[in-house]
Amino acid sequence: MTTHFIGDTATLTGRSLKHVTRSLDTIITTCVMPIAFLLLFVYVFGGAIETGTDVSYIDYLLPGILLITIATGISYTAYRLFQDMQGGIVERFQSMPIARSSTLWAHVLTSLVANALSLVVVVGVAFAMGFRSGANVLDWLGVAGILLLFTLALTWIAVIPGLVAKSPDGASAFSYPLIFLPFISSAFVPTASMPGPVAWFAQYQPVTPIVNSVRALLTGQPVGGDIWIALAWLMGVLVVAYAVAQVIYRRKVS
Amino acid sequence: MTTSQPSPDAVAPSTRQLAPPSPAIRVRSITKSFKDVQVLRGVDFDVARGSIFALLGSNGAGKTTLVKILATLLKPDAGSASVDGFDVTRQAAKARASISLTGQFAAVDELLSGRENLMLVARLRHVAHPAAVADELLARFSLAEASGRRASTYSGGMRRRLDIAMSLIGEPPVIFLDEPTTGLDPQARIDVWNAIDGLAAGGTTVLLTTQYLDEAERLADRIAILHQGRILVNGTLAELKGLLPPAKVEYVEKQPTLEDVFLALTGQAAAEDAAVDHADNAAEAHERRND
Ligand SMILES: Nc1ncnc2c1ncn2[C@@H]1O[C@H](COP(=O)(O)OP(=O)(O)OP(=O)(O)O)[C@@H](O)[C@H]1O
Ligand SMILES: [Mg+2]
Repeated sequence: MTTHFIGDTATLTGRSLKHVTRSLDTIITTCVMPIAFLLLFVYVFGGAIETGTDVSYIDYLLPGILLITIATGISYTAYRLFQDMQGGIVERFQSMPIARSSTLWAHVLTSLVANALSLVVVVGVAFAMGFRSGANVLDWLGVAGILLLFTLALTWIAVIPGLVAKSPDGASAFSYPLIFLPFISSAFVPTASMPGPVAWFAQYQPVTPIVNSVRALLTGQPVGGDIWIALAWLMGVLVVAYAVAQVIYRRKVS
Repeated sequence: MTTSQPSPDAVAPSTRQLAPPSPAIRVRSITKSFKDVQVLRGVDFDVARGSIFALLGSNGAGKTTLVKILATLLKPDAGSASVDGFDVTRQAAKARASISLTGQFAAVDELLSGRENLMLVARLRHVAHPAAVADELLARFSLAEASGRRASTYSGGMRRRLDIAMSLIGEPPVIFLDEPTTGLDPQARIDVWNAIDGLAAGGTTVLLTTQYLDEAERLADRIAILHQGRILVNGTLAELKGLLPPAKVEYVEKQPTLEDVFLALTGQAAAEDAAVDHADNAAEAHERRND
């Protein structure tokens, strides 16, 4: 039954994209908090923060804000999946002769599109606030690629609570720690300015190399070794989350 | 089909006539427990092709569990079941191509319109003209007016009708209906009954569960009662009635039933006319498929 995998996944993705476009408030609420952080840090705290670089603070800050946007956005991925599982529509799909994994992939692809929309909104607001980048097309493609991989990895994490949660709150609460991870990284201030153990954590957690890579690409700096550490983290998280999600999905639906 | 076989065209019709008609649904010694609750303790029955089989049983008897097993959504602990000749656990993908399920609780997409829901299923079933199929079903289930509205704004009965309509797409040979008319008004019930009659007339096998005994009487060729994990009785209505002492003859004044009154006041005539058309449409649709 894999012959229809692509067609069925496309049909189901079209369906859940309609869910996104019919509840555009989810895109807005995804953007509200990152934009609030952007305003707060640029206009309130930013003046007092020493980044040790000559880029403007908004340029320094934006990569971390983009990661927070994605971490917020994927809670809706979990929520949409949870709703489907509760509503019985998944049972209908599973009793039909359609490719088994299409249901899950449709949610994953929808998550990529919804998060891309949110990122465009947040970058737009940042532009209005004075964010500028000298990045060329290749640099932007690199940024897009890293953000896509980050979204994909976090989406597969989000699939897990979406499948196992008992309540809508439970389905989305998992994202809070992910949203706050950038605060203990190089996203807002250089890690060197933090006290010992915190600095150590910030230095070695995955958000720091990801933020550093995106920042380097956007500010036209050499990316250095951070990009490889970032990619390794992203691939690692992606593979593990994907495998766990698949195991749970199989157990749930068959 | 292998080409080496000698004149398959000459052989096929005669073998088809000789072979005993295999049942559309075959259930053998199915057992199923949830943790310490033993729900099914060895269920056996067959359902003949093109017939309507009603499964009765009190709340919690295991009707939904059995339907889910037959619809490949749950695995039995032991025993076997096949649908349209395909084993539901070992040939699940093939079994799914032969069935359609209307679960106990409406499984419609609330954010999509009625029409979009039907189109979605039509696309997933790869039917040739999804839009035409959707429009035909909207008309047949009196949903044409509400077709552009989100299903979340539908009444419970409208949602149920949409749910049933979604299950008819692709004309699968076997249909499971888990309490199809619960929550429907008397007219909608008659519409659904006529649709079910039409399906069976066209050769579709229907297994339905119900709490309404009159529904089983009205529709079913055979009726089975599921009780304490087993099929207590299984037979035609006449056979089931024969299990009790012969009928007493009593003379009672024939009062109109509440249903008679309800239908008279809310325009039964119109409903019946429409219903007859529906049944004809369904039969035609099946003839077209069989051609
Ligand atoms: N997933 C499950 N986990 C645990 N117990 C379950 C599960 N599904 C069903 N049961 C139990 O199995 C029994 C049979 O349930 P089922 O839904 O099959 O009954 P039913 O005959 O359809 O009842 P009703 O007429 O109320 O719809 C019940 O006792 C129910 O609590
Ligand atoms: Mg039930």
